[in-house]
Amino acid sequence: MTATTPTLQTSETVNARTTRHALSVILRDPLSFASTVIIALFIFMALFAYQIAPYPEEGEGKTHASNTLLPPSADHWFGTDKLGRDILSRVIMGARPALIIPIGVVLFAVLIGAPLGALAGYKGGWLDEVIMRITDLFLAFPSLLLAMAIASALGRGLDKAALALIVSWWPWYTRIARGVTISLKERYFVEAAQAIGVSDAVIIFRHILPNTISPILVQATVDLGTVILAMGGLAFLGLGTQPPSPDWGLMVSDGRTYILDQWWIATFPGIAIFIVVLAFNLIGDTLRDIFDPRQYK
Amino acid sequence: MQRLEFLLRRLGTSLFVLIGVSVITFFLARVVPSNAAALYIGPKARAEDIERVTKQLGLDKPLPVQYAIYMQELLRGDLGTSISTKRPITEELAGRIPATLELLFSGMFIAILIGVPLGVLSARWQGKPVDVAVRVLSIVGVSMPAFFLGLIFQIVFFRNLDILPLAGRVDGDLRFSNPLTEITNFILLDSFLTGNWVTLKDAFLHLILPSLTLAAYPIGLIARMTRAAMLEVFEQDYIRTARAYGIRQYVVTYLYALKNAISPTLTVIGLTFAFALTGTFFVEILFNWPGLGLFTVRSLLNLDYPAIMGMTLFGATGYVLMNLIVDLLQAWIDPRVILD
Repeated sequence: MTATTPTLQTSETVNARTTRHALSVILRDPLSFASTVIIALFIFMALFAYQIAPYPEEGEGKTHASNTLLPPSADHWFGTDKLGRDILSRVIMGARPALIIPIGVVLFAVLIGAPLGALAGYKGGWLDEVIMRITDLFLAFPSLLLAMAIASALGRGLDKAALALIVSWWPWYTRIARGVTISLKERYFVEAAQAIGVSDAVIIFRHILPNTISPILVQATVDLGTVILAMGGLAFLGLGTQPPSPDWGLMVSDGRTYILDQWWIATFPGIAIFIVVLAFNLIGDTLRDIFDPRQYK
Repeated sequence: MQRLEFLLRRLGTSLFVLIGVSVITFFLARVVPSNAAALYIGPKARAEDIERVTKQLGLDKPLPVQYAIYMQELLRGDLGTSISTKRPITEELAGRIPATLELLFSGMFIAILIGVPLGVLSARWQGKPVDVAVRVLSIVGVSMPAFFLGLIFQIVFFRNLDILPLAGRVDGDLRFSNPLTEITNFILLDSFLTGNWVTLKDAFLHLILPSLTLAAYPIGLIARMTRAAMLEVFEQDYIRTARAYGIRQYVVTYLYALKNAISPTLTVIGLTFAFALTGTFFVEILFNWPGLGLFTVRSLLNLDYPAIMGMTLFGATGYVLMNLIVDLLQAWIDPRVILD
């Protein structure tokens, strides 16, 4: 990305152009385009879950004792679970914790990580050293293990699992933002701003951070698949969404006991996770081929 | 001299990171919970127990003093006592390490054995059907949740085809018909050493599905990274020269190019160990595999707080050491690393 940027451009135009470029690439690649449509459909489904689900109360956890463990049929396309709840409804309503929350997690991780990285890269010296050594410590843990430990320290629940994932993910964005900042620091528009006496805070927030957005957005898209898997994993382990609320990871965990006879309980939510993660990874792969954000590390 | 300096510097960084890891774990164990003492006793905490544990853990003392006590215990190899089993956590972990390592190593072995050649093939035939197939396979591999893939394997290979066992490390009946002498607690190794072929075969069959489940994600990552590394090497002048000399393509690919693509691939393999380590948690629950992961997950369910924190510290330490080994290996393979 940096190679194609003329030295005297202002930060705003550089950024708008890269984002437009990224969008056009995604829309032209058939697999990425299909993935974008799939993700849009799932997000739509998550937002209007209550209106779409055939049995919204059951989706939220209301039990139906006479309907337990029914195989897929016209009434219940995906069958019912051990408490007689419609699985299709629960898959639809489970899209919120499984998909929307991870998007929020990555967003917050970027909001914490990117400014710190820009600060470290711009200031350099001891501040850079301190910030980067702290990120090293967080990256020394396998991320899911750290998230598990934090989630269990905070207590169970979707909000705590989300917080745990934010805490384990922000250092990645600090690293990237720092790398981009160091390469930007030498540019004329930053030097010009310094020369006319613009304060450091304004330079970082107005002139540097907007330019780190593109590579960070690319990395965030690449990461979303992994974060969704991690969120599903935490729920599967009982650390995320608590029953009776619907959640794909939790549903796979519930269906595990019945896997040999009532295969549908775990299969449909499992497929839902797989499709969403696959879609994000396909888009991420296309983006990475073009931008390769890791080059800044 | 440069080598020694590199080694010392790298050891120093690892030591620093390990100390930092202990600080973070200390905060999670003692500072973050609103009532750490209650967590250390478990759900049935009584007031007098809480008071006793507060004293015992030094929770009433200032933080630096608490950390000093915590470190002292760590250095003595004391990770505390498990709430649910009442045994020292160090002992609990030690007894389960062989089962997990057996799974981890066979999973990573499969992943490298499949992932590296797939990546090489994919790069060699870039843009051809083989390449497309490998890329699809590797994306599917990193998109499939391990806790779901394992279930699919169980349905297909146990319920439908009935050719592989459902779960466990070895068939329970064999304990009576062909008792195994335990030497290392690695079942494959022990049965091989003692010539217990029935158990060896059975343990091998039990290992297949869990290892494949664990390997799926690393296969995807390794194949993808090997492909990228190979493509980069193919761009180099010396490869073009070799081709221009008319050296056969497979010699160029496997002898000249692969050798230089190994270094970045090794980094990824080190990284995938982290994924595989947390992957074992899911695989071990699904396949009822009596290792560290099953213990951790049970601790999570039982709110066995000391056990969870012990495992966190242990896992992170293992990961830091793993990264150290990878870095040293890399410096040994490619001495240019030392100069950076």
